[in-house]
Amino acid sequence: MSILKADRVGFRYTESDWILRDITLEVQQGDFIGIIGPNGSGKTTLLKIIDGILAPQEGAVYLDGAAVRKMKRNAVARVVAVVPQDTAMVFPFSAHEVVLMGRAPHLKQWGFEGETDVRIAHKAMEMTDTANLMNRGMNALSGGERQRVLIARALAQEPRIILLDEPTAFLDIRHQLEFFDLIKTLNREQHLSVMAVTHDVNLASLYCDRIVLLQNGRIHSMGRPEDVITKENIREVYGIDVAVDSNQFTGLPQITPLSAEYRSAKSNEGLSR
Amino acid sequence: MYEQVFIIFLFIPLLAVALAGRTPAPAIVTFPRVLKTSFLLLLVFLLVSVLALLTGSSKIDAWSTLRELLFGWRTGFAGLDETERTILFSIRLPRILFAGIIGAALSLSGVVFQALLRNPLAEPYILGISGGAAVGAIAGILLGVAVVPMGIPALAFLGALFSIMIVFGIARSGRQIASNTLLLAGVISNAFYSAVIMYLLSTSSSDHLHGILFWLMGDLSMAGGRDILFTGGLLAAGFAVIYSHARPLNTIVLGEETALQLGVPVERTKVILFITASLATAGAVAASGTIGFVGLIIPHLMRMLLGSDHRLLIPASVLFGGAFMVFADTVARIVVAPGELPVGVVTAMCGAPYFIYLLRRKAV
Repeated sequence: MSILKADRVGFRYTESDWILRDITLEVQQGDFIGIIGPNGSGKTTLLKIIDGILAPQEGAVYLDGAAVRKMKRNAVARVVAVVPQDTAMVFPFSAHEVVLMGRAPHLKQWGFEGETDVRIAHKAMEMTDTANLMNRGMNALSGGERQRVLIARALAQEPRIILLDEPTAFLDIRHQLEFFDLIKTLNREQHLSVMAVTHDVNLASLYCDRIVLLQNGRIHSMGRPEDVITKENIREVYGIDVAVDSNQFTGLPQITPLSAEYRSAKSNEGLSR
Repeated sequence: MYEQVFIIFLFIPLLAVALAGRTPAPAIVTFPRVLKTSFLLLLVFLLVSVLALLTGSSKIDAWSTLRELLFGWRTGFAGLDETERTILFSIRLPRILFAGIIGAALSLSGVVFQALLRNPLAEPYILGISGGAAVGAIAGILLGVAVVPMGIPALAFLGALFSIMIVFGIARSGRQIASNTLLLAGVISNAFYSAVIMYLLSTSSSDHLHGILFWLMGDLSMAGGRDILFTGGLLAAGFAVIYSHARPLNTIVLGEETALQLGVPVERTKVILFITASLATAGAVAASGTIGFVGLIIPHLMRMLLGSDHRLLIPASVLFGGAFMVFADTVARIVVAPGELPVGVVTAMCGAPYFIYLLRRKAV
């Protein structure tokens, strides 16, 4: 049975147009799924509905067969962890404290983390190579370091699915790759399911087994990167011509954005893949 | 000689500033650490209270009194004469207790509001709670309600509750409360209350002015047994409710969505904490008038010293807030002896420069 299932999910803020419509998808243990689509196509909203933070007006999301909106928050948080976009913190928590907060769904309302919790947090920090940052304040870390600490926090939740919401938006190219390498390793070795919203079509193609392409709140296409990332699909959904090549090292589709002069030349010559 | 005691006394805020210069210990918060820190701060509170007990405008010899307090309990303090006993146990001691409770309650609310609004500048006053209380109390003074026992505090409490309902009503949409709107609603309500207070002040006769002024800057001199019981009970209940949510509050500080993702029922927790902290503030303000800066400075100072974990921050702020208020009230009692200052004057005079120091230190 799948861990997560979205069944004909529709969502809108009251009286506005549908932001998501008719979304049906399943996540199996160990899946690495990328969600791509233009601005406003509903990617982030979909993640919030999957995590049960927003309530869909139509359909429902099920975690292990139970409707996520009917579950208690801490029960959801024991299955689903979220790595958010990097955000600065108002009050100075240390990296260690932040990772330990990942144990929150496993603790009672009042109390202190026990030995087991500390051990799990340490393991999460070792896996993400953040143990040396433990005693530093979050605001004293670089963007890449902070992002790794947030992965450690998600791992400390001992989830079965990790949701990533444009996690690499503020990282340079090396840190982007290091981030996704780490997630891929966890995905392979811990059989953690991953669902990543990203603007970076090429990164999605490199790391995801399956890609969901959203257009105006509906699933335009879904499948392996080579089936979804095509010149035609990109043109239909993003309304722009790009070159799509199969990379000579990876064999995976990679898009090359073209500036205006090449786009017109391309359509004239009927340049193809 | 009270001057000698007073000089020792003045070192306490300096000590606090010096301590704040240290970086917080990197260790995580554990139960033994909470106990240890709370015990140390309790000692600070007791030390300040004893010094406050020995300090005042009446000439009581500090050292012989101290000796008598420490060793005279077996003989029923026979070494003190009637007047001394009255001054120590019927005048100074209740007032010290009351000051401690008020300081603790304001600091407690301050910690909660700063965390819930994720704004280090938030404090009970910013939410308009004290403004509402002030309007209630001043209206009561002008209408001559003062002849009714507990009349003024009751009206102040009603004013505070009314204000809370209005501010929350503005900020609420559906079942959600937006933190930013709440802050704005508080600021706007405060502006409105200021106008009402100025109107009442400019139309009132001069014989009421002194009482009103003292109330506006905070006054601990009228504390009776009932005030102490009422505010003490409210503080104890408020602390119990708030401290039981200390860990969820940590995650809410990271952001409300993050807290949800970490499994915290955010809306419920927020509502419980807002209401509890507001009631604690309303009670404190109703009994003592509007005393500023304590709810702002104390949580700040403790956070710099001890880190942001509320399981440690809350008890530490409560204990140190109490100690600080006892200190400030003692200063208010003696600097213009035999006259007296409103305690709010002292807290603002200590608080404002210290706050500037904090801001500048951060900028460097």
